[in-house]
Amino acid sequence: MLIYTIRRLLQAIPLMLFISIILFTILHFMPGGPLAPYMQNPHITAADIARLRHNFGLDRPAYVQYLAWLGAYVRGDWGWSTMNSTPVTVAILQRLPATIELMGVSLAVSLVIGLAFGILAAVKPYSLWDYFVTTFAFFGMSMPTFWFAIILQIVFAVAGVHFRIPFSDYRIDFNLPSAGRYDTDGGGFVDGLRHLILPVTVLSLIQIATWSRFTRASMQEVLHTDYMRTAAAKGLGFWKIIFKHGLKNALMPVVTVLALTLPGVVGGALITETIFAWPGAGRLFYTALQQQDFSLLMGYLVLISVLVVIFNLVADLAYGWLDPRVKYD
Amino acid sequence: MPAPGPGVSQLQAAQEAEFSRERHQAWRKFRRHYLALAGAGALILIAIGAIFAPLLTHFDPNAIDAQWQGTPLAPGQFGHWLGTDNLGRDLWARMLFGGRISLTVAIFAVLIEVVLGTIIGAVAGYYGGWIDWLMMRLTDTFLSIPLLPLLLVLTGIVAASSTKAALNFTSIVLIIGMLSWMPVARLVRASFLSLREKEFCEAARAIGSNDNRIIMKHLLPNAIAPIVVQATLDVANVIILESALSFLGFGIQPPTASWGNMLSDAQENVSIAWWAAVYPGLCIFATVLAINYMGDGLRDALDPNVR
Repeated sequence: MLIYTIRRLLQAIPLMLFISIILFTILHFMPGGPLAPYMQNPHITAADIARLRHNFGLDRPAYVQYLAWLGAYVRGDWGWSTMNSTPVTVAILQRLPATIELMGVSLAVSLVIGLAFGILAAVKPYSLWDYFVTTFAFFGMSMPTFWFAIILQIVFAVAGVHFRIPFSDYRIDFNLPSAGRYDTDGGGFVDGLRHLILPVTVLSLIQIATWSRFTRASMQEVLHTDYMRTAAAKGLGFWKIIFKHGLKNALMPVVTVLALTLPGVVGGALITETIFAWPGAGRLFYTALQQQDFSLLMGYLVLISVLVVIFNLVADLAYGWLDPRVKYD
Repeated sequence: MPAPGPGVSQLQAAQEAEFSRERHQAWRKFRRHYLALAGAGALILIAIGAIFAPLLTHFDPNAIDAQWQGTPLAPGQFGHWLGTDNLGRDLWARMLFGGRISLTVAIFAVLIEVVLGTIIGAVAGYYGGWIDWLMMRLTDTFLSIPLLPLLLVLTGIVAASSTKAALNFTSIVLIIGMLSWMPVARLVRASFLSLREKEFCEAARAIGSNDNRIIMKHLLPNAIAPIVVQATLDVANVIILESALSFLGFGIQPPTASWGNMLSDAQENVSIAWWAAVYPGLCIFATVLAINYMGDGLRDALDPNVR
């Protein structure tokens, strides 16, 4: 196990280097490179650009630039964000709380609902409930997030949902904020919660679909094992078998998949954050793209890809740790 | 003299018979899968709408009717039965022609993806060794970089190096196709790894067939099933990807309609024409759902692992 861990760690390093080389090469084709924002400034002459290019070392061969970049990146110097006028690391760190809040809440919500859906569907296969869950999963997987988000905005923010309590003058409004994390004059817990509802709904829909499908498949497999039959033969109660013997084993693959979704918690949701004007890392990336903020794009892309590699590794190791039947050679 | 084993042709005939039986079973399974059939039916309808778009409307999808500019028509008025958008363009016409773009982008991107993925996977799986190692690290690398941000950076580079108009059909298809070959490559490699050890492959090698012939005539035809399933499901993924790119302004550029850029147009004017936001999304959703059901049916029918 220890040898396996070390070997996997050693394999991950060239992979990360490959990733950084490919990203560096791709971004190298960006016209203007890191100087792109200056090119649009009429007060900066061609001579200025040439001087900047020399000062930043952009006239050196590509591989020298890459090595210089790599050395700086590893030491935590990710460059200067022209859009924010801060170091890239600061710009990304500033956005992390909002992203972690949004992604964390939707991950928690979708896990709870998705697991419940999946378990109940697996326990009663081919029942009405099972068909509902499977259909829901298919609809959720096929739903374009941006459209779902716009429809929610139309219903809850543009049109507004309200209904009158019969035989009275009371009217209940269900208007929800469709942009931002807090009201400009608001703030506080309730306000933050209200702002979370629509984006979390959008993000959860797809995730519930994935989790419920996954849990159902995993649970179904476990239900047919010998130890489940043994537990039933011992005379244990139905739900006790399901939760104590079944769920524990069925959750093993779920936990590893969970590890694979964690990079997204840092990276944020590009589309959803953009539509709901959520001040997270995903939207930061999108604005950086429009502003051609070179260093920020590079820093973000490398960060997320490296996290993907790391959590892939974590998922692999977690699987072996959770399931003693898995043998490593 | 060693006992005569079964000849290559006999082996091949036996294999053929088995495959044709499998194909027959596959069709029976697929037909049983009513949802898959319904999906296929819906897809045919959507395709007919896209192919015969000019026959199904007399409006020009890009013609701006100044009369309704700023005061878009609600559905059903003056022959615009889905209404007009904020520029007075007929939404039904834009939806049909937008479908043309979205569907063809998806089909061509998946074609590129399948060709690339098959070549890479086949070479890696057949030759093994350091070639395999290199190809698979390349696959891992591209799988580790989140797809949507990477696509956005590439389309952003294309847009910045010339004009935004360079983000046309061809460049979008190429960019999406060249960045989504990885799952196909893995599938093909996995099939090849097991197939190249099979008797019929050894037999082919024994009679002196060259690598090219073994790959093309013996291995590839047997590795088709998972590729077909993956390609089908990827058409749905690409439709979503293209519309996401177009929605974010880095895909198909207006005035050319695609379902994605119709949506971003509609989002800006949601307070005066909310209906314009409903149809294009509904089209994406319906198409993707239909393809997913069809792909699921195909997987049940073709994939031996599920059986």
